[in-house]
Amino acid sequence: MTEVQAGERPDVAVLRIEGRLTMVNAPALRASVGEAVEAGRTTVVIDLAACTFMDSSGLGAIVGGLKAARQAGGDLRIARLTPQVRTVLELTNLDRVLRPHDTVEAALDGG
Amino acid sequence: MSTAAAAAAVQVSAARARWIRVLVVLTLVSGTNYVVWRWLDSINWAAWWLAVPLVLAETYSLVDAYLFGATVWRLRRRGEPPRAPAGATVDVLITTYDEPVDLVMRTARAAQAIRGRHRTWVLDDGDRAGMRSAAEAAGLGYLTRSADWSGRPRHAKAGNLNNALLATDGEFLLVLDADQVPDPAILERTLGYFDDPRVAFVQTPQWFSNVGAADPLGSQASLFYGPIQMGKDGWDAAYFCGSNAVLRRDALMQLGVVGYVRDVEQAIRVALRRAGAILAVARREARSSAPALAALDRVSAAVGTARAALAGGQPVSEVTYRFQREVDEAGREVVAADTAGLQADLAVIASLEPRPECPSPGVTLVEPTAQWDLQQLDCREWSPLTALESVRALVAAVDVDLADEAQPLMPMATISVTEDMATAMRLHRLGWRSVYHHQVLARGLAPEDLRSMLHQRLRWSQGTLQVMLRENPLVQRGLHWGQRLMYLATMWSYLSGFATLVYLAAPVAYLVLGVRPVDTFGEDFLVRLLPFLVVNQVLGLVVGWRLGTWRGQQYNLALFPLWIRACATAAGNVWFGRSLGFVVTPKTAQGDGRPPWSLIRPQLMAMGVLVVAAIIGVTREVLGVAPTPEGTWVNLAWVGYDLLMLSIVLRAVHYRGPRAERETT
Repeated sequence: MTEVQAGERPDVAVLRIEGRLTMVNAPALRASVGEAVEAGRTTVVIDLAACTFMDSSGLGAIVGGLKAARQAGGDLRIARLTPQVRTVLELTNLDRVLRPHDTVEAALDGG
Repeated sequence: MSTAAAAAAVQVSAARARWIRVLVVLTLVSGTNYVVWRWLDSINWAAWWLAVPLVLAETYSLVDAYLFGATVWRLRRRGEPPRAPAGATVDVLITTYDEPVDLVMRTARAAQAIRGRHRTWVLDDGDRAGMRSAAEAAGLGYLTRSADWSGRPRHAKAGNLNNALLATDGEFLLVLDADQVPDPAILERTLGYFDDPRVAFVQTPQWFSNVGAADPLGSQASLFYGPIQMGKDGWDAAYFCGSNAVLRRDALMQLGVVGYVRDVEQAIRVALRRAGAILAVARREARSSAPALAALDRVSAAVGTARAALAGGQPVSEVTYRFQREVDEAGREVVAADTAGLQADLAVIASLEPRPECPSPGVTLVEPTAQWDLQQLDCREWSPLTALESVRALVAAVDVDLADEAQPLMPMATISVTEDMATAMRLHRLGWRSVYHHQVLARGLAPEDLRSMLHQRLRWSQGTLQVMLRENPLVQRGLHWGQRLMYLATMWSYLSGFATLVYLAAPVAYLVLGVRPVDTFGEDFLVRLLPFLVVNQVLGLVVGWRLGTWRGQQYNLALFPLWIRACATAAGNVWFGRSLGFVVTPKTAQGDGRPPWSLIRPQLMAMGVLVVAAIIGVTREVLGVAPTPEGTWVNLAWVGYDLLMLSIVLRAVHYRGPRAERETT
């Protein structure tokens, strides 16, 4: 469900989520972010264009990834949210912490 | 009460529910009539120092009666539960800290035998090798805290569950205390309620198998796991009680995310608010270095920018990211400008253990690469500017990682030692529903001696009061009024110690000194008070029919020193950050068979004073110096009631558990 793209910059990893991000695969996302960060790709973009559904555990994994990236001196950003994912984000107020970017490039440029 | 009857849980018939409403109305009408008369027409202002506390205590009791009336007004009788869905995934979480391995395994094996798809985990906060090998040999999951928890607040049982939430992935969680042996049907009987997607948890009763009919420690909470929970359920406010409950993971995780956002915003707001003072200190420390001062100016400006951005609604992670970058930039300027300072810094660094992954600052001056840029953040503490400890703390605080906590997400509330109630209230605030399923589906072990029982009660009351002081239900957005009242009812009941103190003092003052807090104890008084007392007792009998609620009534009064102490310590904890403390008692009281009299010293003193006061009162009556004969009789009856209630501690202090009781009889 998660495809990791290296990204052009050596410090960037783009993680594409395919299908559902739920309690079933949230631990796998946490692990993917952890691996990317450990490999020095500390700016992580989660590309959600193909994510059809996300639950609170999925959001939890994103928050866990944000912490991991920040503690390694990097950052985690989210891009291309589907309407359902955006709703979940707003329902939990997580949009007050993470800005939903329209494109991966915008996510990389944004602070 | 026979075991079978209790295990089935006493049901409330529709007819009884109607009678209860009638009695509630009668109680509240007669009670209001009495207390209004007391306020308007009977306070003896000459003895205001006793009269005012007494009328306040009586008002407290009337409010308590209202809250109890509201609770039992809407008893929810759910009947047969909906059918459990096939294919739900469940994690059964058994929390333990220091309970004997055999006891935990008894529960765990019963949990394995629960019908329906599930996985059983032992959550061992004691991290014991023996527990691990026993669990693994039985094919159970075994979890201890992850490395993230070392050196951070552990948050007791709430922390234990929060740790496990990230290590498991079932849709639902059945939470069990180590001693709560589940029935094989517990999931079949509860999972069906989750067909309603708004239901966050289903609570079942806690019922104790080691408690005899006499129940000298009053452990069997059949009034709570009965009419009270059913009443709260009627107001959509059934409580989660920490064990024997099934929870929806998604609801908890949502609570975790919402809580994370709240905590991050709060932490950053506080950090930015304190920034001014911190920078002032840093400025004093750096006053000899012009570049450092310039850098501090830049940090100051960054604080202003961050504040404005937050106020403008910019997402927190962006604001903090930019703030951190800005501080890094400022730090680099100092490095560039202040080579002399850098040399001094290098000397300090040389004396430290170098971290291999951090590039040497010397190299970066020669060739600042992208690589260095990235690692700059990680090695922030090496820059001369942030060597100023206070600014470093500020920079760390303006971040989104909640570095002081083991996990950014804490779904189980950690604001109280009773994490369950706080968690339930927060779920209700988010609009989640709850269910109380009135059927005993797990059997546990109650404390078997007075000391453990007192410790447990103190913890419960302290936890409830912590929640009340930290998150007052009356002002929590998201709760409707019925829910607010249900939470208030529990908290309110823990304030009873102060009222009891007045109820003990008032008859003593009358009998010994002839002080009358009420204008008259004659007919005007009795005609108003007696109907209230009688109807109130009848209401108690009808609500508590076949439940054995007498013990609970006795302890409500008899444990007044404990309730007062809970209030004092909870307030000290919440307002002044003091420790909650423990029930202190000499260890020797446990093993040598002597009753632990020191635990009930305040009650013994109260009983002594009451008896002496009664003797003096009778003597004064005989000598004809008492104010009025009816006053003497009313106050003697009052003393008798107090003594009857307090006398339970005399039985409790001798109690040695159900096994000892069986041996002697």
